Amino acid sequence: MAQPLAVQPSATPSLARSLIGMKAIMATSGVILFLFVVGHLLGNLKVFQGPEHFNAYAEGLRTVGAPFLGRGQLLWVVRVVLLFALGAHIWAAIAVTRASWRARPIGYQRLESTHTTYAARTMRWGGVIILLYVIYHLLDFTFGRVNPSFIPGDAYHNVVASFRLWPVSAFYGVAMVVVGLHVYHGVWSALQTLGLHRAPTERWRRGAAGVIAAAIVAGYVAIPAAVLAGWLR
Amino acid sequence: MELRPQIPAGALTDKWERHRAEIRLVNPANKLKHHIIVVGSGLAGASAAASLAELGYDVSCFCFQDSPRRAHSIAAQGGINAAKNYQNDGDSVFRLFYDTVKGGDFRSREANVYRLAQISVDIIDQCVAQGVPFAREYGGLLANRSFGGVQVSRTFYARGQTGQQLLLGAYQALSCQIAAGKVRMYPRTELLDVVVIDGRARGIVTRSLVDGTLATHTADAVVLATGGYANVYYLSTNAKGCNVTAIWRAHKRGAAFANPCFTQIHPTCIPVTGPHQSKLTLMSESLRNDGRIWVPRQRGDQRPPDQIPENERDYYLERLYPSFGNLAPRDIASRRAKEVCDEGRGVGPGGHGVYLDLRDAIRRLGRPVIAERYGNLFEMYQRITGENPYVVPMRIYPAPHYTMGGLWVDYNLMSTVEGLYAIGEANFSDHGANRLGASALMQGLADGYFVLPYTIGDYLAQAKLPKVDAGHAAARQTETEVAERTRRLLLVNGRRSVDTFHRELGRLMWDRCGMSRNAAGLKEAIQRICVLREEFWQDVYVGGRGEDLNQSLEHAGRVADFFEFAELMCHDALEREESCGCHFREEYQTPEGEAKRDDARFSHVAAWEFTGVGKAPVLHREPLAFEAVHLSQRSYK
Amino acid sequence: MKLTLHVWRQAGPSARGRFVRYDVPDGSPDMSFLELLDVLNQQLIARKEEPIAFDHDCREGICGACGMVINGRPHGPQRATTACQLHLRHFADGAEIWIEPWRARAFPIVKDLVVDRAAFDRIVQAGGFITARTGSAPEANSILVPKPAADLAMDAAACIGCGACVAACPNASAMLFVAAKVSHLGLLPQGQPERDARVMQLVAQMDAEGFGACSNHGECMAACPKEISIDFIARLNRDYIRGTFL
Ligand SMILES: Cc1cc2nc3c(=O)[nH]c(=O)nc-3n(C[C@H](O)[C@H](O)[C@H](O)COP(=O)(O)OP(=O)(O)OC[C@H]3O[C@@H](n4cnc5c(N)ncnc54)[C@H](O)[C@@H]3O)c2cc1C
Ligand code: HEM
Ligand code: HEM
Ligand code: SF4
Ligand code: F3S
Ligand code: FES
Repeated sequence: MAQPLAVQPSATPSLARSLIGMKAIMATSGVILFLFVVGHLLGNLKVFQGPEHFNAYAEGLRTVGAPFLGRGQLLWVVRVVLLFALGAHIWAAIAVTRASWRARPIGYQRLESTHTTYAARTMRWGGVIILLYVIYHLLDFTFGRVNPSFIPGDAYHNVVASFRLWPVSAFYGVAMVVVGLHVYHGVWSALQTLGLHRAPTERWRRGAAGVIAAAIVAGYVAIPAAVLAGWLR
Repeated sequence: MELRPQIPAGALTDKWERHRAEIRLVNPANKLKHHIIVVGSGLAGASAAASLAELGYDVSCFCFQDSPRRAHSIAAQGGINAAKNYQNDGDSVFRLFYDTVKGGDFRSREANVYRLAQISVDIIDQCVAQGVPFAREYGGLLANRSFGGVQVSRTFYARGQTGQQLLLGAYQALSCQIAAGKVRMYPRTELLDVVVIDGRARGIVTRSLVDGTLATHTADAVVLATGGYANVYYLSTNAKGCNVTAIWRAHKRGAAFANPCFTQIHPTCIPVTGPHQSKLTLMSESLRNDGRIWVPRQRGDQRPPDQIPENERDYYLERLYPSFGNLAPRDIASRRAKEVCDEGRGVGPGGHGVYLDLRDAIRRLGRPVIAERYGNLFEMYQRITGENPYVVPMRIYPAPHYTMGGLWVDYNLMSTVEGLYAIGEANFSDHGANRLGASALMQGLADGYFVLPYTIGDYLAQAKLPKVDAGHAAARQTETEVAERTRRLLLVNGRRSVDTFHRELGRLMWDRCGMSRNAAGLKEAIQRICVLREEFWQDVYVGGRGEDLNQSLEHAGRVADFFEFAELMCHDALEREESCGCHFREEYQTPEGEAKRDDARFSHVAAWEFTGVGKAPVLHREPLAFEAVHLSQRSYK
Repeated sequence: MKLTLHVWRQAGPSARGRFVRYDVPDGSPDMSFLELLDVLNQQLIARKEEPIAFDHDCREGICGACGMVINGRPHGPQRATTACQLHLRHFADGAEIWIEPWRARAFPIVKDLVVDRAAFDRIVQAGGFITARTGSAPEANSILVPKPAADLAMDAAACIGCGACVAACPNASAMLFVAAKVSHLGLLPQGQPERDARVMQLVAQMDAEGFGACSNHGECMAACPKEISIDFIARLNRDYIRGTFL
């Protein structure tokens, strides 16, 4: 008998079960984190406008949405989204990394790379470093545990106090470079993962990712650099 | 042995239609009970296995590569013919039929070729539906090109990878059936013998190329789609694994072998560079559209080509064939190239080459146009030779390419052993004494998609086929013989590698039974082959174990069969005392050196019966009658 | 030319493998890389040692049978070239060359340089086709395919299934191979009816075979002898997401 043929429709597709799906989750959460990093940078740059502006901005973050929302409510919403994104991002990163390690149990004597970048190859350790950095960073500015002279509510003071110690500034600088590398490959990669790359953008999309990443690093590094140079005090 | 071509009665144009209406059908409910073995997964095998499974048969398919997608068909470049007349240039089924019969120098069956031309149009439909990315015009319609020296544009193509794309289409159709559980696929499995029980093909004996296990598979019918045997010459354009084993084994079990000496030598291949050469690479014939072929006038002229002035160059094809010039048919272009090289005017290492020069075309059309047309070919040439063809003319030389001969089959594609079918290049097919470009793909797919799936039912519906299994005495006997032969190969433990024997045989065949042949040379060759064959069995060193992946052993088995087969090829060439198509007997030529056919004595298919190794084979003749076409001397002057 | 080869020798799937050093004194710049191995094998046979097993067939760069990692590069150092088409003129006299098989869990070693790539076949079986029963096809020119789509589909369809993409990928991911198949069929009008189901099935099978994930390194494209672009990977991802939500 002639067989009814066709590609069988698949059983319940689930993003969270396939490697491409996990990558899509990672890319989506990565983009959220990226947007935060950009927004946070724009906010942080107000530090150059002086303590009043900067502290007002920090305060403003807590009062946006008033009078409809209570103090800090929107901030918490954002925090929850961020936390959720971070969690998903890390979960997917671990799952995907483990699958890839399993896929080549015996390595090569020698495998040369020709196309990949340093940034792409350091995504995994870069991620870990960023996580450690963020923990330190929260202890520094949000909880004040490692800040040399923490004054709740005076973000400007806290920032300057920390960055005046050169080892802390150096650590921030290094971390910012790591973030930059992560973002450089991450932005490019997320567009590829989400299938948004199209042929006409081929010539400039790498370059665009590089410019964005460089701008982020420069913006962030400018703050500790300015403190050390004595411009901000 | 009796040859019954089974050509249906009636007008040429209606034969196939009528035949299909008249042949028996297998009850749909019974189809699943019929197990069919298809050996080979090239265009012919994969298309047949997929189509048979779609019909409901229980199918097993075998190939020696690690995946069915790698069959030799993948290498075909140029294209596939079909009488669609999309270009409105006057093509028709009849014209394709006529061109094919004439191109084959009137040594093929009219009825088969006509059917082939009729089916050609369905093939294109089928392949397009499967997603074969044929070249398109800007309006979205299929594009065509002219190919192989015909006057119409009927060749469909997918860049320079037509065979690849057609094969992937068939492979994907096959994969679909494998997934549906309708085809069991056995890759890395080689057929080593055919099991014949009560005069019927009932199975095959195979060896796993991974661990050497021998197995007997029984079936109601066996289809051989195992490709051509041009590797008898060692150096050819065929893939390294191509072999004669399957059809030779079938021949030894009673299948007649037709026209073994009809081998096509392709004129535009990259010449040999040294003793390490393992195979030859084809350059697409299309280069001859814009390239001019020449050699120096003086023999032994060692000057680089750009220092040889115009009046010291011999554009010999243009000189000899003013109207066709560089586009003279394959056999003629090949023979003339050999001639000038034999005169000592060849170029390149060893003097085995002629120039294919695009200088004038580059000047006339500009480099961008040439790059657009032939860029990928130039790149391939440069990759292999290290020379830049934009600057230095390419060197080409003829190489064995395709074998028109193969198992004799009737109109239903059944060999002289009942239930044993041969399709694709493995049968003696529809190409007579010379195949036109872009026709092999057409024939392989016609056989596999549209002929065999119908005609095999006719046999299965009426044959009384008692159940047999691998335990049957004849099957066990065959398997024992295979095991014994493998063991013997390993036991010789001599001093010479398989490869050196194959090279020596190939050289001999090329010199004596290659582009031109003569009685004395062929007789000498037969003797040399016998001596070499003896030596092979005395002195070959295979090494390794039988129960292992052992490529030396695989090769040894194939070369052993080539040794037996080569003798038959020479017998056939000797017997055919005429020149036709690719078969050029030096004794039979016109004063201008053109082939002289002898229709009175040789208008037949030579079908050989096996009588024993080293024994003279017996010739049977299937007379060829021509009703629709006029026999004429081919002339390309 | 004189060459020193370090070749991975492994007697069987579960045997322990190791590199063995061979000196080949008589290489020629006109030789292909596989011919170099032929020459070496002839020397081994003359010494009654076991020749090196490696897959090959067409030796024209189209069947996809050959493949080995040569000095850390799948198919060797030359761009867009399979091992069988690589010629020794690209190596210096006296060069030292390391030769390894593809390494991936989904491509287990069979012997020496021969690996089992049946995983690719199973991926295609999972749905890498357009269902078109023989004889059921409409007239070919009734399906119009815009030339750009046909050309792009052909770019993807050029994949020879060699597995170099997996071999080159730091994650042993088969994304380029799968992307090529999904794109070839998905770009054509004939491929539309099964497009969503196809991509889901192929990806599910790819994961089941144990290939790694793609982190967009692009090494696959650099190693691919047919220069299949990673733009097709973006297309695969897009189709997969589309298939999930639509
Ligand atoms: C370089 C080149 C270019 C060509 N270009 C064109 C062209 O442009 N147009 C055209 O029409 N024709 C062309 N041809 C000819 C055409 O490609 C072949 O004639 C055709 O593909 C043969 O197909 P097939 O299915 O008969 O056999 P093949 O494709 O050779 O398949 C043989 C199959 O049999 C299997 N097999 C063989 N022996 C055994 C065994 N003992 N045990 C198990 N399995 C076995 C193999 O594994 C394989 O699967 C070209 C040929 C060459 C060499
Ligand atoms: C907690 C720390 C983090 C870890 C462990 C981490 C880890 C990773 C890893 C392993 C990848 C995947 C690389 C790959 O396989 O392609 C990745 C991708 C990405 N990361 Fe992070 N990351 C972290 C934080 C961040 C942050 C803070 C951002 C925001 C700037 C970010 C943005 C991205 C983006 C956009 C991608 C690309 C996703 C893709 O490949 O499609 N990550 N991350
Ligand atoms: C020079 C660089 C930076 C400075 C000066 C800076 C400063 C600050 C300050 C002052 C706060 C506390 C805000 C508040 O509690 O009101 C903060 C919070 C935070 N920063 Fe940064 N930051 C920098 C870089 C980064 C980077 C690169 C990241 C991420 C990769 C980051 C992630 C965060 C997070 C997650 C919080 C907590 C937000 C919240 O929930 O309140 N910061 N940062
Ligand atoms: S995508 Fe390229 S490297 Fe991968 S299998 Fe196909 S041809 Fe080989
Ligand atoms: S190298 Fe691997 S990571 Fe992706 S882009 Fe290619 S599959
Ligand atoms: S041997 Fe066929 S691609 Fe190399």
